[in-house]
Amino acid sequence: MIKRMNQNESPMIIKASSKWNFIDFKALAEYRDLFIFLVWRDIKVMYAQTILGFSWAVLQPTIQLVVFTVIFDRVAKVPTDGIPYVLFASVAVIPWTYLSQAMTQSSQSLVQGQGMLGKVYFPRLIFPITPVLAKLVDFGISIMLLIAIIIYYRVMPTWNLLLFPFLLLLMMSISAGIGFWLSALAIRYRDVKHAMTFVVRMLMYSAPIVYSASSIPEKYRIIYSLNPIVSVIEGYRACFLGTPIPWQFILPGMAVAVILFIGGAMYFQRMERFFVDVI
Amino acid sequence: MNSKDIAIKVENISKRYRIGIKEDIHDSIGGAIFDFIKSPFKNFKKYRSLYKFDDDSSDILWALKNVSFNVKRGEVTGIIGRNGAGKSTLLKILSRITDPTSGSAEIRGKVSSLLEVGTGFHPELTGRENIFLNGTILGMRKREVEKKYDEIVDFSGVIKFIDTPVKRYSSGMKVRLAFAVAAHLEPEILIIDEVLAVGDADFQRKCLGKMRYHTQEGRTVLFVSHNMGAVIDLCSRAIILKNGQIAAEGPSREMVEQYLSTLFVHVDNMNLRDAPTRSGDGRLRFAAAYFQSQDGNRINMPIAGHPVDIVLEFESKEDLSNIQFVLTIFNQMGIAVTHCNVRTNGQLYQVPKGEGKVICNIPKLPLPLGNYKVSIAASDNIGNLDAVPTACIFDIETSNFYKTQFTPPMRFSTALVDHSWRIG
Repeated sequence: MIKRMNQNESPMIIKASSKWNFIDFKALAEYRDLFIFLVWRDIKVMYAQTILGFSWAVLQPTIQLVVFTVIFDRVAKVPTDGIPYVLFASVAVIPWTYLSQAMTQSSQSLVQGQGMLGKVYFPRLIFPITPVLAKLVDFGISIMLLIAIIIYYRVMPTWNLLLFPFLLLLMMSISAGIGFWLSALAIRYRDVKHAMTFVVRMLMYSAPIVYSASSIPEKYRIIYSLNPIVSVIEGYRACFLGTPIPWQFILPGMAVAVILFIGGAMYFQRMERFFVDVI
Repeated sequence: MNSKDIAIKVENISKRYRIGIKEDIHDSIGGAIFDFIKSPFKNFKKYRSLYKFDDDSSDILWALKNVSFNVKRGEVTGIIGRNGAGKSTLLKILSRITDPTSGSAEIRGKVSSLLEVGTGFHPELTGRENIFLNGTILGMRKREVEKKYDEIVDFSGVIKFIDTPVKRYSSGMKVRLAFAVAAHLEPEILIIDEVLAVGDADFQRKCLGKMRYHTQEGRTVLFVSHNMGAVIDLCSRAIILKNGQIAAEGPSREMVEQYLSTLFVHVDNMNLRDAPTRSGDGRLRFAAAYFQSQDGNRINMPIAGHPVDIVLEFESKEDLSNIQFVLTIFNQMGIAVTHCNVRTNGQLYQVPKGEGKVICNIPKLPLPLGNYKVSIAASDNIGNLDAVPTACIFDIETSNFYKTQFTPPMRFSTALVDHSWRIG
């Protein structure tokens, strides 16, 4: 039987929209079951028909770590403020693996979901947010690797660990913010897909992943700190290794991340009425 | 009318698209290189222009223009029209998939729209997982899917494979599973695009049954279909869209007949005077042969099961008597399906000099879906007056012969007969 409709319920109005909107949390909450299932689908099919399954989540950063250690430690002898290179790089490579994958997938989410986009309505923001959440599983698994390395080097936990949830949130909002911008652009200009590999590579070298932020000359530090990825990487270092918290990187990075996220969400929702028409 | 009785209110909705992304063709290597260099700038302008409409309007297509209508609560309305008439665009706007360019619509009640079955199905997921995913994509809550789960699996008939990844399913199984999920939606307002045209005949019948159940439940339904039989059967009202505008709106049967009558004519059956192959001595010449409905409108696609008149117009050079008119309907295999002869009425006709017509009424057209030709002839005591082997070609695309919607395909039948079954 049909549930009797509440006669006072306000009708849904459909018309050309032109306003700038921030995220409609009410609509997202209404579709939360779908949201959960899409995230779960992404997780479930991520390593479908692979032999190693979720081991890939550990294997990818491990291989990268080995390569970096060989090149930047043994060959190039990059200074690391006295921290063993493996330890120094692993606290950066693991969040970076998350960032790069979440960003890439988020930026492709609309193009990949175009079949669904044209056939069913749900808040479009769900598309770029889904990979940002789904990739957390990989991140969680690879954190195990990080913990193993930390234990191996006998680093004692400090109060800095309390920063972890905050850094997690920061890392997610950067991925989502970039995902909002790029997915909305990618549906119109498919160039984004081709540019992405190289943008990710550039971003990697722009952040202190293989080298130390302290090797950046003092006078460029302010510009450098505007890169939100710097704040995440340096933040994780302090968080896990107990070095002093680099607020001079975290605060500007955080501000940029917030602007990126809010601006991206607004741009995305501004463009969303055209998505279907340009697929 | 109380505005609370209106479930869908559409006011002056228009939608325009840009269609003009045309490719330039260069004719020399130099031109190609120059094109290659400047193409990024051109492409940028081109793709950016997809969002803008202010410049030249040569490549703008109005998919919908000032469309207004109301759907009352509990009413089942069909939308019919040729491809490109704007049906799908209208449904996409009402489903919130795309925004209208101007105008507005108000929808009162929980809507589900089904523009496709199996949206979001993932080949790596099992049948069970896809039921939940697809159900939530279509707007169900998780617990609603849980409640309906057994019914859905039962309806789909794939219970043995429910824990197998969908990529191992046959296409038929996939469609059945997808439709099973869709069929168990229970919104107050249901918007459906041509989704019944899936699966085998048997499964289609099951789907139509489910649809009929929905309509009888008092649900408001907006239904786009090319299956005219289904429109007549399920809808009380229909809207004809033509070039993005409403051409007519009214009771579904009338609308379907009107729509079918506007479709293309195959042969020049309205001017048989110049028919290339004919025989007879020419004292009488057929001028036209066509179908008409009971209210006298010409139709080009008669509906099986409906009453039709076949009208033969002629011109006779002299007064004639004892004329025998015959018409034979052949199917596409060249088999004569039936022969209608004025003798079966027990009489021959007299016609005076001049124009006249003779009408053959078939109370319940017994033809399966397919295409047909009509050959006509007239003779008197002296000899053959006129005979046109192909006077009229027609299609039957819609059948309402058996009220159950099931129509045997042509390969199993050449004619339909009324019958009933019982267990005894």
